[in-house]
Amino acid sequence: MSSQMDASGFEIVARQDFSDVTYLLEVRHPLMAKAARAGQFVIVMLNDHGERIPLTIADFDRARGTITLVIQAVGKTTREMQQVCKVGTRLYALAGPMGEPSHIGGQRRVVCVGGGLGVAPIYPQARAYKETGAKVTAVVGFRNKDLVFWEDKFRACCDEVIVCTDDGSAGIKGNVTEGLRQAIAAHPDIEEVVAIGPPVMMKACAETTRPHGIRTVVSLNPIMVDGTGMCGGCRVKIGEGIKFACVDGPDFDAHQVDFDDLMVRLKRFAAVEKAAAEKFEESCRIGRKAGG
Amino acid sequence: MAKRKTIRTIPRERAPVGEQDPQARIRNFDEVTLRFTPEQAQLEASRCIECPRPVCTPGCPVGVDIKGFIAKIAANDLRGAYDVITQTNLLPAVCGRVCPQENQCEGSCVVGNQLAPVAIGRLERYVGDTAIAEGWSSIPYIEPNGFKIGIVGSGPAGMACAADMAKAGCDVTVYEAFHVPGGVLRYGIPDFRLPNSVVDAEIRNLEKLGVKFVCNTLVGRLFTIEQMIDELGFHAVFIGTGAGYPSFMGIPGDNLNGVLSANELLTRCNMMQAKDRGFDTPLPIGARVAVIGAGNTAMDAMRVCRRLGAEEVHCIYRRSRAEAPARIEEVHHAEQEGIDFHWLTAPVAILDDGKGGVRGMRCVRMELGEPDASGRRRPVEVKGSEYEFACDLVVVAIGTNANPIIGQTSKIKLDKRGYIATDADLATSLAGVYAGGDIVTGAATVIKAMGAGRTAALSMKKYLGLRDSDAVYGEPPKPEATLFGLDPAEHNFVRVRTA
Ligand SMILES: Cc1cc2nc3c(=O)[nH]c(=O)nc-3n(C[C@H](O)[C@H](O)[C@H](O)COP(=O)(O)OP(=O)(O)OC[C@H]3O[C@@H](n4cnc5c(N)ncnc54)[C@H](O)[C@@H]3O)c2cc1C
Ligand SMILES: Cc1cc2nc3c(=O)[nH]c(=O)nc-3n(C[C@H](O)[C@H](O)[C@H](O)COP(=O)(O)OP(=O)(O)OC[C@H]3O[C@@H](n4cnc5c(N)ncnc54)[C@H](O)[C@@H]3O)c2cc1C
Ligand code: FES
Repeated sequence: MSSQMDASGFEIVARQDFSDVTYLLEVRHPLMAKAARAGQFVIVMLNDHGERIPLTIADFDRARGTITLVIQAVGKTTREMQQVCKVGTRLYALAGPMGEPSHIGGQRRVVCVGGGLGVAPIYPQARAYKETGAKVTAVVGFRNKDLVFWEDKFRACCDEVIVCTDDGSAGIKGNVTEGLRQAIAAHPDIEEVVAIGPPVMMKACAETTRPHGIRTVVSLNPIMVDGTGMCGGCRVKIGEGIKFACVDGPDFDAHQVDFDDLMVRLKRFAAVEKAAAEKFEESCRIGRKAGG
Repeated sequence: MAKRKTIRTIPRERAPVGEQDPQARIRNFDEVTLRFTPEQAQLEASRCIECPRPVCTPGCPVGVDIKGFIAKIAANDLRGAYDVITQTNLLPAVCGRVCPQENQCEGSCVVGNQLAPVAIGRLERYVGDTAIAEGWSSIPYIEPNGFKIGIVGSGPAGMACAADMAKAGCDVTVYEAFHVPGGVLRYGIPDFRLPNSVVDAEIRNLEKLGVKFVCNTLVGRLFTIEQMIDELGFHAVFIGTGAGYPSFMGIPGDNLNGVLSANELLTRCNMMQAKDRGFDTPLPIGARVAVIGAGNTAMDAMRVCRRLGAEEVHCIYRRSRAEAPARIEEVHHAEQEGIDFHWLTAPVAILDDGKGGVRGMRCVRMELGEPDASGRRRPVEVKGSEYEFACDLVVVAIGTNANPIIGQTSKIKLDKRGYIATDADLATSLAGVYAGGDIVTGAATVIKAMGAGRTAALSMKKYLGLRDSDAVYGEPPKPEATLFGLDPAEHNFVRVRTA
């Protein structure tokens, strides 16, 4: 309604499709490109009837004045965005950067682990560590060779890149914990591990590093609404306490996180989400029939 | 001259006002209390006995000239009534609906000593609604003075400060984190109490004054308060970010999926319009809902659940009805709508249904002991009174804390509880930066937030060396309110003429 920015929205200046479920959007927002730090996220609304969904800032380009989002189409909103977000179209709302930036600096050797929708979000962290002089190993996981993306970007800013695929069609066979184990075996001097991805994967990484006593940070992805600390929907159990992931996080000490609680909370709206996705698919089918 | 009215000559009963039938209204989000008709308003206005020294005005946190505007209504001069109110209160259509009048103006009304007090709130709303319908706004001729003012947060505090600074000739930009402006008026208070159209109208009025609203801007993260002054060229900044950081109870089961804050429920329902067809945000409601707390937020949450189809809605409050902080009218409306009140009851644990959801709560009964710091009698647990209470959704409305973002990202001084520390003029520890509303006082009321916005505006003008002019503000400023102690009649800094 009555805001300058709403009237025009936020322009999508580039798009790239990595697979039939993963796509990249580069959005113009010069101020945000200036402010963004690794570990932060944005809240996006596709249109004025849409949901507010959180997405990690996967990259930012201060010279071009853009931020980059890499999105997996998993439900109604992300699939609709996959269909309608073309270059030149606009997002209705884009707010951020939100969350505390990652605490980067001072570490000499780190491992950055990204799996599934965590591959893109781990990139700015890897780059930021590199910029502060750390030796960086990236472990990135995909289902198979065809889904691999940004390997070149990771190679450009990391000392070592370990690609893992479920079927072994690229890099090593196995999931990212396998890659993480190899990295730990090869480098006894790892000071920090950062892991981003689905909760099961982050939990597995936490359990992999726990016996070694390596400080491990994860970026949590609970369901959010506002992203400003106003609703408490994003609360997560950390140690004995409850934190709001959007303002106290999203980064937390992996060894303190109650992942089971997070996984249960992510299923909070499962039934409604499923119905919405099915309804959306149905309307697409009808739309296609009507159109063709 | 007409004979002075007395308590014996005025109508004894309040003018009746239309209200949606409880059975009908629990199926819609339309307003519960209807607007006065002109006849009803005339009748009610005639109940004001025009005290020579009114006590209602001091009862109002911003000191609206109540006798003055009611006299204008009685004289059928609604435009005049609007001008009287808007000298001090920018948002009559909002305040008429949501102020706790029973503790303020109506609470001190002399008529109330013997009869029902004059329905000041309803009359104020009548004037405000008429102004919206007629498209009136008090827009003076404004001469730009070149000062740039940044306002953080578009709730009532920010809106009031923005209006005053714009009228003084400043270039005002309001930054809001959400995609729509209005603060709690938008995301918290539901349509059946305060329709979004009223909030929209008030915002349009501010836009007519030249105020710019920029949404989707989380100040602190996109740019800091310090950067607003140092880099973005603002000469002064006002922070009105509210206190919307919900508390949970810290009891077992707090994190279950069937437990949510009233803020989350209301945001999904009001701002994200989950209640309306065609909107994507989900909001599943339980069959048996328990709402913890008895403030305005709790009442709103209960009545929203009722409207969204909950079969039973229960209010769980550890004190008694007399201590409930909600407006009396809201408690009354909630009772009419079939909300079950469990006074003197407190939850001690929320029970898991084995699938991550809620199957009930364990509660204890309370009794009232000695008065505590707030002056209300402290609830104490009745030993051995524990019992189980079945429910599938628990809505927590036990209060909010300061939002931490500004504190996390700025060197501004906070008080012990995390709210922004200010002096009596609402100046913060940063030069040129003022704060007011819930982020300074903790959760309070719309009218107090608005009053704070205006106080801060006055201080900002002092800081910038701007003078108030009595063309806009009825009372000429006190000499100490101006930087150089100049004669208020001179109007020599800003020229503000009523067009
Ligand atoms: C801090 C943060 C960063 C994220 N970064 C990325 C990213 O870079 N790329 C990416 O593809 N995804 C990211 N996500 C997840 C993304 O927000 C969800 O996939 C998206 O909201 C799903 O919406 P949908 O309508 O398409 O799917 P739905 O059908 O609504 O949901 C599918 C799944 O997404 C989860 N989800 C639903 N709504 C939300 C919500 N409002 N907030 C969080 N999770 C939700 C649900 O638990 C469900 O399992 C991030 C989430 C968080 C909290
Ligand atoms: C459900 C509910 C019902 C209520 N009912 C009543 C009632 O009947 N009567 C009454 O008098 N009072 C009522 N109140 C209280 C009243 O609404 C508040 O006291 C009042 O709104 C406070 O105004 P404010 O301007 O200080 O803050 P808010 O109204 O909270 O507005 C603050 C705004 O700032 C924005 N913001 C926060 N941080 C940032 C940031 N970093 N950058 C940019 N923007 C930011 C927020 O998104 C929000 O829009 C109610 C409150 C609630 C929650
Ligand atoms: S998303 Fe609402 S508080 Fe974090």
